Amino acid sequence: MSATLPASSYIGAQEKIRADMKNRPPAARRSSPWADVLFSALAHGAAWLTLALLAGIIVSLLIGAAPAIKEYGLSFLWTSEWDPVQNRYGGLVMIYGTLMTSFISLLIAVPVSFGIALFLTELSPLWLKRPLGTAIELLAAVPSIVYGMWGLLVFSPILSQYVQQPLQSAFKGVPYLGKLFSGPPVGIGLLSAGIILAIMVIPFIASVMRDVFEVTPPMLKESAYALGSTTWEVVWKVVLPYTRTGVVGGIMLGLGRALGETMAVTFVIGNFNQLNSLSLFEAANSITSALANEFGEAAPGLHQASLIYLGLVLFFITFVVLAISKLLLEQLKKREGTVS
Amino acid sequence: MKPTLLRSLFVAAVLGASAAAAFAQDMTGAGATFPAPIYAKWADAYNKATGARLNYQSVGSGAGIQQIRAKTVDFGASDMPLSDDVLAKDGLIQFPTVIGGVVPVVNIKGVAPGQIKLTGQVLGDIYLGKITQWNDPALTALNPGVPLPDAAIAVVRRADGSGTSFIFTNYLSKANADWKAKVGEGTAVNWPTGAGGKGNEGVSGFVQRLPNSIGYVEYAYAKQNKMTYTLLKNKDGNFVPPDADNFKAAAAGAGWAKTFFQVLTDQPGKDAWPISGATFILMYKAQDKPANAANSLKFFEWAYINGDKMADDLEYVPLPPAVKELARKSWAANIKDTSGKAIAWK
Repeated sequence: MSATLPASSYIGAQEKIRADMKNRPPAARRSSPWADVLFSALAHGAAWLTLALLAGIIVSLLIGAAPAIKEYGLSFLWTSEWDPVQNRYGGLVMIYGTLMTSFISLLIAVPVSFGIALFLTELSPLWLKRPLGTAIELLAAVPSIVYGMWGLLVFSPILSQYVQQPLQSAFKGVPYLGKLFSGPPVGIGLLSAGIILAIMVIPFIASVMRDVFEVTPPMLKESAYALGSTTWEVVWKVVLPYTRTGVVGGIMLGLGRALGETMAVTFVIGNFNQLNSLSLFEAANSITSALANEFGEAAPGLHQASLIYLGLVLFFITFVVLAISKLLLEQLKKREGTVS
Repeated sequence: MKPTLLRSLFVAAVLGASAAAAFAQDMTGAGATFPAPIYAKWADAYNKATGARLNYQSVGSGAGIQQIRAKTVDFGASDMPLSDDVLAKDGLIQFPTVIGGVVPVVNIKGVAPGQIKLTGQVLGDIYLGKITQWNDPALTALNPGVPLPDAAIAVVRRADGSGTSFIFTNYLSKANADWKAKVGEGTAVNWPTGAGGKGNEGVSGFVQRLPNSIGYVEYAYAKQNKMTYTLLKNKDGNFVPPDADNFKAAAAGAGWAKTFFQVLTDQPGKDAWPISGATFILMYKAQDKPANAANSLKFFEWAYINGDKMADDLEYVPLPPAVKELARKSWAANIKDTSGKAIAWK
C-alpha cells in the first residue's frame, strides 16, 4: 500500500505522526462512544451508591440513637439493666449474648466444616462427592425461621432431656461448676442458640473451605504424597497453608452470618434480659433478637433510641470483625513464602 | 371503527377500575395484633355489605399509636388505653371495640383445665421468681387434693412488647405489691425470670412443649389450643374460670360513663374475670380528611350493630350496649372536621 502512495501524502503522514508523538499524551481525552460513557457512569454510580448507603445508614443510626447516646454515653455498653417500665436501658446482656452465641457457633462450626471440606476433597469416593456437596449447599438455602422452629420444637427438648438435666443433676451442689450448668431445665438459652447458629453457618464455611481446598495445585499434594505423607499431613502441612486466606475468609463469612442472624436465635435464646450467671443454659438475649421483639411496641423516646443504639453497636461489631479479618489476611499474605 | 370502540371500552374499563380502587381503599388503620382477626372478619363482611374496604395493618399497639400520631392512618388501634391527659394533648379520642381476656395456662401432667386455683399474689410471686416449685406451700394451700409435682416451675412470658403483656402486668401490679415495686406494668417489662416466647403462639408453643410450665395467652389461643387454664381469685374473692360471661362481668363493673380509659383488670363483680381488657381505637378529634373519618365511623357503627355474632365466633366478647351508646355519643361530641362541624356517620 505505502509503495503506491504519492510522495507528498507519504511525507504528510510522516509529519502528522511526528506531531502526534510530540503531543503525546494527548491533552484532551479521546472521545469514546456514548455506551462507554454510560457504562462508566453506571459502574461509578453503583460503587458510590453503596458507599452513600453505608454512610446514610450510619448517619440515620446515629441520629436515631442520639437520645440514648446522650443519656448513657459509653456506659450503655457495660450496663446490664434493661427496664422499659423505669425507662432505664443498658446493652450488656444483648451484646454478651450476641458475642457468646457467635463464639459458640464458630467453636462448633469451624472444626466440623473443616472435616466436611476435608472429606469432600480428599477422602470421599467420587460418587458421593456431588450429592453430599449439593446437600450441604442446600442447607444454606433453608430459611432461618425453619431452623428456629426446629430448634424450639425438636432440638431443645432433646438438649434439655439428654444433656442439660443429666449435667445439672450430676453437678448439683458442686460449688462453681454447678453454677455453670444452672438455669431453667427447658433447653433454650445461649448454648442451644449457639448450636443452632453453628448448624446454620456450617454450609457457608464448609463450601468456601471445599472450594479453596480444591484449588490447591495437585502437583503440591502429589509431591507430598510421594514423599510418604499421610492424608492428614498433606492437608495440614500443604493444603491448609496454601489456602489459609480462603479459609479465614470463609470463617469470617460464617461469623458475619452468626452475628446478624435474628429469627432462629429469637426462637431458642429465651429472650431474657438479665445476666444472672455465666451458665450456658441460662436464657439470654441477642441484639438482633431484642430488636426484632421490641421494636414494634417500643414507645418513641429512650426505648426506641436504645434499640437503635443496640443496632449501632452491632454495626460496629461487624465492622470490627471485618477489619480484623482483613488485617489477619494481610498478615498471612506477608508471611507467605517465609513459612512453608 | 372497531379498534376505536375497543380502545374507548378499554379506557373506560381502566378508569372504572381506578375509580373502584380509589373507592375500595377508603379506610386505613394500624395497630394492635390482638383484635386483628375480628377487624379482618368485620372488614370482610362490611365489604360484602357495602363495598367499602378496610386496610388494617396489625403492627402492634405501640406502632399503631405512632402511626396515628404521624397521621399515616385514619385510625390507630391499641390494647393499651391512653390516659385522658395524653389524649387531650394529642387531640385524640379513644373508644373500645371488643373485650378479651388473658388466661394463665399451665402444663402439668395429670392436671385438668380449671383444676388449679391461683391468686394474683401467688401468680405474681411465680413471675417474680419467688415461688419456684409447684409444691410450694403457697400453691398446695390453695389447691388441696391437686397432684402438684415436686418440680421446678418453668415460667414462660411474652418476649415481644405486647398489649397482652400490658394487661397481664397491669393485673399483677394491682394484685401483688412486690410486683408493682420491682417490675411494674407495660407492654414490655424487665422480666425477673422466665423464658420469652414470641407472640401468643410462641408462648402457647412453649407451654405445650415444656412440662411443668406456666404462661399467659389471649383467651382465644387458650381455647383453640385446648390448653389447661387455671382459675383465678377475683376482687370479690371468688375463684372464677375464664369465659366470655366472666369477661363481660368485668366490663360491666367499669366506669365507662366517666372515661374510656379503663383497664379491666381486677374489676369488682361476683363473676368478673380479673385479667380482662378492652381493645381501643384512636382517632383525631379534628379531621382534615372528614370523608375518611366518616367512612371509619360508619364501619365501626356497622360493626357495633352487626358484628357481635362474629366476635362471639372468634372468642371475643362484644361490648355491652350501654358502652356502645357511650362511644356513639363521644363520636358525635368530639369528632369534627376542621371547620368544627360534626362528622355524619349515620
